[in-house]
Formats: sequence, C-alpha cells, structure tokens
Amino acid sequence: MSNSVFGNQPGAPSKPSRILAIWNSNIGYSFRSNPVAVVSMAVFLLIVLAAFCAPLLAPYNPYDPAQIDIMNSEYPPFWVDGALEEFSLGTDDQGRDLLSTILYGTRLSLIIGICAVAVQTVLGVSLGLISGYVGGRTDNLLMRIADIQLSFSTLMVAIIFLAITQAMFGSEVFSRYAVIFLVAVIGVAEWPQYARTVRATVLAEKKKEYVDAAKVMGFGPLRIMMRHILPNSLSPIFVIFTVQVANAIISEASLSFLGLGMPPTQPSLGSLISSGFDYIFSGSWWITAIPGVVLVVLVLVINLLGDWMRDVLNPKLYKG
Amino acid sequence: MSLLSVRDLTVKFGSRTGPVTALNGISFDLARGERLGIVGESGAGKSITGFALMNLLSKPGYIDGGQILFEGEDVAQMSPRDVRAMRGDRMAMIFQDPMVTLNPVLTIGQQMIETLKAHRKLSTQEARQIALVKLKEVYIPSPQDRLDQYPHELSGGMRQRIIIAMALLLDPKLIIADEPTTALDVTIQADIMALLLEMCQSNQVGLILITHDLGVVSQVTERTMVMYAGRIIESGPTRSIINDPQHPYTQGLINALPQQTPPGQRLKQIPGTMPTLATMPKGCPFHTRCALVGEGCMTHVPSINQFGSSFVACHEVHRLQNEVPAEDVS
Repeated sequence: MSNSVFGNQPGAPSKPSRILAIWNSNIGYSFRSNPVAVVSMAVFLLIVLAAFCAPLLAPYNPYDPAQIDIMNSEYPPFWVDGALEEFSLGTDDQGRDLLSTILYGTRLSLIIGICAVAVQTVLGVSLGLISGYVGGRTDNLLMRIADIQLSFSTLMVAIIFLAITQAMFGSEVFSRYAVIFLVAVIGVAEWPQYARTVRATVLAEKKKEYVDAAKVMGFGPLRIMMRHILPNSLSPIFVIFTVQVANAIISEASLSFLGLGMPPTQPSLGSLISSGFDYIFSGSWWITAIPGVVLVVLVLVINLLGDWMRDVLNPKLYKG
Repeated sequence: MSLLSVRDLTVKFGSRTGPVTALNGISFDLARGERLGIVGESGAGKSITGFALMNLLSKPGYIDGGQILFEGEDVAQMSPRDVRAMRGDRMAMIFQDPMVTLNPVLTIGQQMIETLKAHRKLSTQEARQIALVKLKEVYIPSPQDRLDQYPHELSGGMRQRIIIAMALLLDPKLIIADEPTTALDVTIQADIMALLLEMCQSNQVGLILITHDLGVVSQVTERTMVMYAGRIIESGPTRSIINDPQHPYTQGLINALPQQTPPGQRLKQIPGTMPTLATMPKGCPFHTRCALVGEGCMTHVPSINQFGSSFVACHEVHRLQNEVPAEDVS
C-alpha cells in the first residue's frame, strides 16, 4: 500500500525532502497562486537580505566618524539636480551617505522588531497557556493583569519607561544600551495581545478528546501544555507574530522619532526620519522621505504576508 | 482479590443551585481478566463511571464519597503524581471517537513512543520496537510505515486499532472502553470489537465496556451492569441479562431493539425520557416511565437484591416473574 502520490516502492524509503514537501503542500500551493503573497515575500526577503548584508553592501560605514564629512551634508539623491555621484541616495544632515545609513538603520529596526516580538511571544504564550489550561483563579488574575496593561497604550507605557531609564542612567549609558531597552519595553508592553489569543485557542483545544487521551496516558500538565496543546495552537501564534513584528517596528520608529529610541549616532529608521524632519521645510525632504518609504514598504509587506497567512491557516475564513 | 472493587461511589456535580448527584452509590467488583459491560441510555452515568475510575473527573464534577480500590489502592485518594503513574500504565482508556483522540500534529510513532517513555526508562529505539510489536498485534498492515504517519492519513477503523494498540502498550491490567465503536462504520464495528475481545483474552486484561449497544455487550462481556439515572438497576451474567431481564427498564431496552419487532410494525419504545439530574423524581427514578409502577415505587428507592442469577433494584420484580411484560404502553 503506497501512501505517496509518487508511488514509493515498499522497502525503498525515498522520502521527498522537507522543502519539497512544503512546496507541494496546500500552503505552498496557496502561496504560489497568490501574487500578493509572492511579491510581498520577495520584497520582504530583499529588504531583510539587504539589511543583514549591510556591512557588505553599504558603500560607507555610517558608524565610523572617520568616513563622515560634515561638508557633505544634505546632498540630494541622484535624480535631483546637484547630486554627487558617490552618494546615490544623497546624504543626511551630518553628511552620512543615506543609502548606507538606511541599510544599517533597517537592520537595527528589524532586529529590534523581531527581538521585541520574541520577548512578547515567550511571555504571552507561556502566560496564555497557563491561563487557559489551569483556568480558575490563575486565569482570572492573569487576564485582569492583561486587561489593565492593555488599558494603557503601548506608546504611553514605553515613553514613561524610557524617559525614566534615560533620566536614571544618563543619556550616554542609555544610548549604549538603547537596543536592549527598546526590546524590553516593546516586548513587555505588548504581551497581553499574545496571551489573550493563546488563551482563547487553548480553551478551545483543551476540550478536545486528544487532551483527555493524553491525560489518560498519564502525562503531566506541563507535558500536555507544551507538547500537545501548544503545537495545536500554533497557527494563530504565527499570524500574530507577523502582525506584531510590523507593530513593533512601528513602535520602535515612533519612539525613536520622539527621541526616546535609538540615538542619532546609531540611527534606526525612526531616528533617521526624525533627524530629517527638521530639514523637511528647508528643501532636504529626502532625509525623511526615503527612510519613510522603506519603513512603510517593510511594514506593508509584513502585514500583507500576515494577512495571507491568516487566510491560509484559518480554513473557516472564506473570502467573498 | 479482585482487580477493581468499587464501593458506594458517589459523584456529584456542582451547580448554581447546589450539587446534583450524577452517580449514586455505585458498587461493583471486577476480577482479573474479567469483562464487564455497562449499558444504559445517554446520561445514565456510564461515562461518568469510566471517568471516575480513572480519577479524570474535571470541574464541576467530583467524587463525593466511596472507594475505588484498584489493585488494593484507592484511586479516589491517590496523589496526582500516583494517579498519573497509574494512568496509561496499569489502567488505560479507549475513547469513543478515534478521529479526535489522537493528537493531530504528532505522528503515530511519536505518540506511542512518548507514552512508553513517560512510564518506562527506554531509549527511543527500544520504545519504537515495542510500538511496532503492538501495532503488529492489532493487525495493522505495514506497521513500520504507519509509525511515521499522521492520524489524518489513516482511516477511522485503522485509528481505532492504533488506539487499542496504544492502550495495550504498557500491558495494563484494566482497559476502560467508552463506546469504542460508536463512531465507526457498522462493518468495522464488529472487527474492532473482535479485536478488543481477542486482546483482552490473550493478555488477561480486565475490560470495562461502556456502551448503549446491547449487541456489543452480549458478544464481548461476561457480566453486564445496567445503569439508569446514576444508579445500577440490574447486574448479572450477560447471558441472563440479555435472555431473561428482570428489571422493567432492562426489559424495555431489550424490547426496543429493532430485531424484536416484526417488519412493518412500530418499534417498541420506552415511553418518556430519563429524568435530568436536577429533576430526579422521588422514589425509584424509573417510576415515571414504568408500566408496573406500584405504591412503593413513588416513595422508596428500591435496594438492589439478588434475584435468580442477577441483582435487581426493583420493588415489583416479584410481580414481573408471573406476568408477561407489558406489550404496548403508549
């Protein structure tokens, strides 16, 4: 009895590779037949690759003061009159090559976004699992904490926290550890999103018979949560993950724009937009506009991928 | 010593208006390797009994009193740790719907190996070998391939076989099967029941078969217990319960079988429905539907007494002996 469409010979285990299996699966098919998803994925991969290869691709190192000349400041990008050839996207107010700065900045934004969401995931998933599985008082307590936290806006919590830490440690120490502070504050501020979704899924999953069957097999609650319920609750977690990465990148950009995030010496997309904002009326619009476009495109493709993923992973959702 | 000895087991469910009694003083014994059937309508407390034996009742249900002595230990008093060590190892359970009892995201092999490793110190390879042997025992074709398949790749009958194999993995002393064939195709039901019977006989495993299918009970079990509204109303050797039922409810059940009615005639039903836990009538819980209801039935709960080869809880059982069971009471 052969179980594969390719008609495997018994005794000759010729399993198709994992990647091929995914490519041939329903998810792979839905991906291929959805041009929006394909384009989004391509753009996303392009941005990610470019950002993480920044030291190789960027013509200059924006962190190296020796390569920066203040006399080069505010050159326009190449399609505007008066551009310099060596600065294809122009320069910013400090004379840094904008292309290099954007590449390094995107890398920072992505790292902060993904790490912050990783913190959210760990916190939110574990608390959501416990809340949903244990139930009763624990559930009540955790969910009320989540409610209270959700009633403050993320930005408000982050602004207060970052302002206090900045005042406490002084701006020099703060700028050195800004990445860690940002990851921590965005990570902690948004865990309830995860916790609530995971809890709802766990409540549905734990009523299913395979959980009873696992109990009957003599498994403890920790094993049932981690190995039986969690893998069955993964699809909403994936979907929120993408949406939250986009959100975290925006939060980071907003905080940096407000001067509470990355310092100007180590700009992320947000602080770059912010630093250019002062010059927007003096004609140097590109310092704000180009990083702005990169930010919008990055967030847009992540959201589009998230949308596609939600459609695929939730078969109950039909598009009209 | 009997394998399982249940004494006055009472299970209650908390509700807003106070606790309601789901199981009322259930007592029975099961010898090693004996097969017992529990029959009754939906809501009679069959499944609750099964869950209580496993100490698997979850809120709002709880064991209110009584003992469940399994190999001399009281399951109701065990620590959660001991209960976990017992479940799956010495006492296994088979659920109704094989479509949902296997974890959809783990392969058959992963699930079997996990179970084995949770209870025994085994390497993955050794566990895999045991899993293979067990799959062969339940006549799974090409078991090697099945181990790496996911539940959705298998048919219902195949899955129920795998569930039986999983229940037998650690050579338990007792298997509780809660309507193991209800969700299956009629053609496969007989196969699965025959397999379950064979497995229990060859491994000397005790079986508690919870079902509402009297046909299944008569094939597989040695003794039968009829439950109604949380009480045992009749228990005895399966043969005598099927051929010579004493309690009017058991008689009604057997008369209600479609085979008992000539073609073209109306099927014989027991009129009415079982009272809910909250609206339990005074006296014998069956008196509202019973054709032979007498004075005492309305006020006193009948105690269970030996009558012939079986035990019956009915005030009017003497009358029944001489009368032909009421034909059509509607």
